[in-house]
Amino acid sequence: MDKKQDTYTNNQTPILIIGGGIAGLTAAVEAAETGYRVILIEKQPYLGGRVAQLNRYFPKMCPPYCGLEINFRRIRTNPRITVYISTTVTNISGEPGNFSVTLLTEPQYINNKCTSCGECVKVCPVERPDEFNQGMTTTRTAYLPHELAYPFRYVIDHQKCKGVSCGLCLDACDYQAINLSATETKKVVKAGTIILTTGWKPYDPMNLQDLGYGKSPDIITGMMMERLGAPNGPTHGQILRLSDNEIPKKIAFIQCAGSRDENNLPYCSGVCCSATLKQAMHYVEQNPEGEATIFYIDLRVTGRNEDFLSKIIDHPRINLIKSKVATVQMSSDKHTINLDYEDILSGLKQKSAFDMVILATGIIPENIDPIKISADDFGFAKSEHLPDGFYSAGCLNKPADVASSIKESTGITLKALRTAGFKP
Amino acid sequence: MISISMETGQRNIGIYVCTGCGIGDTIDIEKLKNQVTARNISVNFKEHPFFCSKEGCELIHRDIATQQVDHIIIAACSPRVNQDVFNFPDEILEWVNFREQLSWCMKAKDEDTQLLAEDMIRMSIAKVNSISSPQPYIKDNLSSGILVVGGGISGLTSALEAAKAGYTVYLVEKENKLGGWASKWKYLFPEELPFDKPKLTEIIDEKIRKLEKYKNIHIFLESTLESVSGEPGQFTISIRNKQSNKQIVTGAIILAAGWKPYDASKLEEYSFGQSGKIMTQIEFEEILNEEKNNVEIDLKKINNIVFIQCAGSRDEKHLPYCSNTCCPTTLKQAWQLRHMNKDANVYIIYKDLRTPGKTEFFYQELQKDEQIFFTKGDLRQIDTSDKNLSIIVDNTLLGESIKINTDLIVLATGMTPSDSSELNLTYRQGKGLPDLKYGFPDSHFICFPYETRRTGIYSAGCIRAPQTIQMCIEDSTGAALKAIQCIESTKRGESVHPRSGDKSYPVLYLPRCTDCKRCTEECPFGAYDENEKGTPLPNPARCRRCGICMGSCPERIISFEDYSIHSVSSMIKALNIPDVFEEKPRILVFLCENDAYPAFDMAGLKRLGYSPFIRIIPVRCIGSVNQVWLSDALSHGYDGILQIGCKPGEDYQCHFITGSELTKTRGENIQETLRTMMLEPERIRTEFLEITEYERIPDIINDYLQTIEKIGPNPFKGM
Repeated sequence: MDKKQDTYTNNQTPILIIGGGIAGLTAAVEAAETGYRVILIEKQPYLGGRVAQLNRYFPKMCPPYCGLEINFRRIRTNPRITVYISTTVTNISGEPGNFSVTLLTEPQYINNKCTSCGECVKVCPVERPDEFNQGMTTTRTAYLPHELAYPFRYVIDHQKCKGVSCGLCLDACDYQAINLSATETKKVVKAGTIILTTGWKPYDPMNLQDLGYGKSPDIITGMMMERLGAPNGPTHGQILRLSDNEIPKKIAFIQCAGSRDENNLPYCSGVCCSATLKQAMHYVEQNPEGEATIFYIDLRVTGRNEDFLSKIIDHPRINLIKSKVATVQMSSDKHTINLDYEDILSGLKQKSAFDMVILATGIIPENIDPIKISADDFGFAKSEHLPDGFYSAGCLNKPADVASSIKESTGITLKALRTAGFKP
Repeated sequence: MISISMETGQRNIGIYVCTGCGIGDTIDIEKLKNQVTARNISVNFKEHPFFCSKEGCELIHRDIATQQVDHIIIAACSPRVNQDVFNFPDEILEWVNFREQLSWCMKAKDEDTQLLAEDMIRMSIAKVNSISSPQPYIKDNLSSGILVVGGGISGLTSALEAAKAGYTVYLVEKENKLGGWASKWKYLFPEELPFDKPKLTEIIDEKIRKLEKYKNIHIFLESTLESVSGEPGQFTISIRNKQSNKQIVTGAIILAAGWKPYDASKLEEYSFGQSGKIMTQIEFEEILNEEKNNVEIDLKKINNIVFIQCAGSRDEKHLPYCSNTCCPTTLKQAWQLRHMNKDANVYIIYKDLRTPGKTEFFYQELQKDEQIFFTKGDLRQIDTSDKNLSIIVDNTLLGESIKINTDLIVLATGMTPSDSSELNLTYRQGKGLPDLKYGFPDSHFICFPYETRRTGIYSAGCIRAPQTIQMCIEDSTGAALKAIQCIESTKRGESVHPRSGDKSYPVLYLPRCTDCKRCTEECPFGAYDENEKGTPLPNPARCRRCGICMGSCPERIISFEDYSIHSVSSMIKALNIPDVFEEKPRILVFLCENDAYPAFDMAGLKRLGYSPFIRIIPVRCIGSVNQVWLSDALSHGYDGILQIGCKPGEDYQCHFITGSELTKTRGENIQETLRTMMLEPERIRTEFLEITEYERIPDIINDYLQTIEKIGPNPFKGM
């Protein structure tokens, strides 16, 4: 349903924002509250991107849902923002001030009549891997993306759904919100400027064979650890070994897993140190007998976040070892994980055994077609080198923490507003 | 426009109860309708199985057109779900949460659930009868100008970015030229590819050249701020320089006054001051760039140089935090030295080498130079005794302590913020911006880094956190947008974040003011000034519309047109309190709408059940709860009051900074109220809830009910 537009923005050609993560959300609300119309495009069926999957923000240990709730409220109540979910961009033509953008929306088996009553889930017979929980759980093919999903409505994964041959949900729905024959839709919209905020994805840990990923379900990535700690995660917030649902007694974090490494990602992703410190603190506070060891090269916690590091250094059950981990192997009992490492300060080669290992992997940018984004060797975009009328912000530009991405996106929004013709 | 009949004060209320989503199966709608219309004959009461549908919305629109309904009550799903669907901007709209907070968490077809539903409707009728549509506060002659304080990289950037957007900028700089610290340096460490060498500081000169071309940027050199008064849209500023004072008016302010190096004279343990060959990073920069002629030191001829990182940083005795920039700066200086002196050996002693992100590449470049030796280590001592300078470092990467003879020692010292009181705000709460930690006036919100405690005044650059040049440029560009956004919102009479778009503002009934100064002190944003007597002088454009002032006033003279002492009291008194023998306690729950209310909705989503004896009133901030509401509730017969707000403390999550904290400090007054009424202290409880803690809700409520059961029903019942 269209929101009523306020009349004074009727002559504006909207700013199109591609990517509804924290950088895109910020650009949308900041532009709209300044007084300009925006169209926000997101490929997932929900807004919030990867921050919605985070358990806590560093260093406040506050839940991302808190800020997302306010941002969603600002979107809900602002008639200048139009949101398209499950949508990608297939073509852009035209020039600054007058772009024509083709939007492709995935088949919406559940449409916006959905009231989120949840009856369809109860009867759906098919399961699908739950990407929100990093594949550690499954959902039914009809599902609510997560508890604070915005838009707040259910989704049917059209690729896994059996379609009309099953049709059990059709009877369950009282609101005619389901159409299992729905097809994808295309729409062309006009945009004055375009902001790319397509974000990042985690570096594929399968590239890190030496570090054991794939050898055991208890060797996981930082994002998986984040989901384990989340109250709406696969284990309701309890850090548990995925192999046997037991509480791990000794866990290891391997920093720079595939980062600062010529064979993988040569750059530093900046946020993994903070993420690990936060996860380590969460684990030891949850488990009075648990012990966490962090294998690092340099501890990169900057600015006033130093005091969080001090709490970690003083903590009796968190060990910090400056080292390069050489290999991660399963022991013969198939339960324990052995780490071989060189302790840099002593120069000695050591071995240690753990119940769970977390690889702090880096950030790679999520580049998209159809635009040829002017990017560096690693795929990061540079806003100033994009074609006229295009801007970029967030982790598409560089690995960054949430506050920095938001600041950058706020500034980029000003540039986009100017190009779009916004005036005092 | 809302038409309230002048003769009868009659408001045309329409109540629309959706029976979908299980609501129709949970309560008896017919019975509800009878109860409601028995007391309120003129009310339009309609039900529909699917109000958020096209037909459902059309029904409401028809009532507006034909029945002149102008006060709409929608009893359906949470207001957080379909706010865009139920869009009636010309009418007063109130929601009753019949789904997340009733049908999803209460027993169906149960007497107490029915009573809850009836009370929720009664409360909503009381509310719509007592509020009006806010008329926005928009003064004449609002300014679209922006004051930028500080002409370094941050101030220059903010000024340029705002001016390019067409806004008039007044840039005030206390030195006799623009450029700040960075203009004194020849090179900057690289923050983008290629990373093989530092960059020349052309960036500063370029910005100054661009700036000078803009006719809408007015530059004041050798100038300071004599005073700043007013509010967003109309800040009155007096700029002083040697010759004269100039008055200007702007709509917003950006404070980009930068930083100062940490006072190295305090670094006794680094032997600073004991030798001309021990100097700070800043002092070394001057020699490197040949700004000062140092006869003693010829950089082209020295053999050895030691850089000691974190000198007085990450150190409880000096600066506990990390200044972000010293590691890359040392690398830059090392590069510069090595390029002017091929024979020099460089030793860099660090705690952690911090080159996050792409600056890692610059570190990798320098690691290729065999004459630069990096080691982690703890400085044991600096020996300045004989002609030769030396240091001893323990716990190095070589596995042993080492002694290094050196010609020069450079201490990488940290950054401290400039003093924001140079703003000379004439605000009652002080001249500067409240700071967060270590003297930096930064935002505590990860998600809202421009959330400031002074509306319309944005800090940017190194005054708010130690940052690199690239970070400063991003930060101050964003600050320029926020300043512009504040100006535009003020022109519309709207609040800025977090209650963006809110047109209401506090109205004070001054004849009953006793000058107690609670509002002027407790407002987290300094929105109130005071006259000599202590009477508050409101500045509505500074207001964030949280209502903490309303909560603080013992005389209850502060209210908003759509959220007032009277509207909440009416809601409280609208209930039917069952008499003592029915054994149905009534607990009033004040829920902060920011974290607690969404948590209750998610509890509903999860179908977590809790007692139907609670009666919820959402509030803008738990700090806006006025004591009179507590005494009203208790004298009306509620057995207990639960105040649920966002987390306070050092890592506060309260969106209005001090709202939840105030609930704690007002506790004493609350206890006094209870004592006066001869009631037990347990009758009022405060809980703090994070938005993800919905699983705690049944326990919080059940636990409180058990406490109330123990102390027994409120003796005021039925009086």
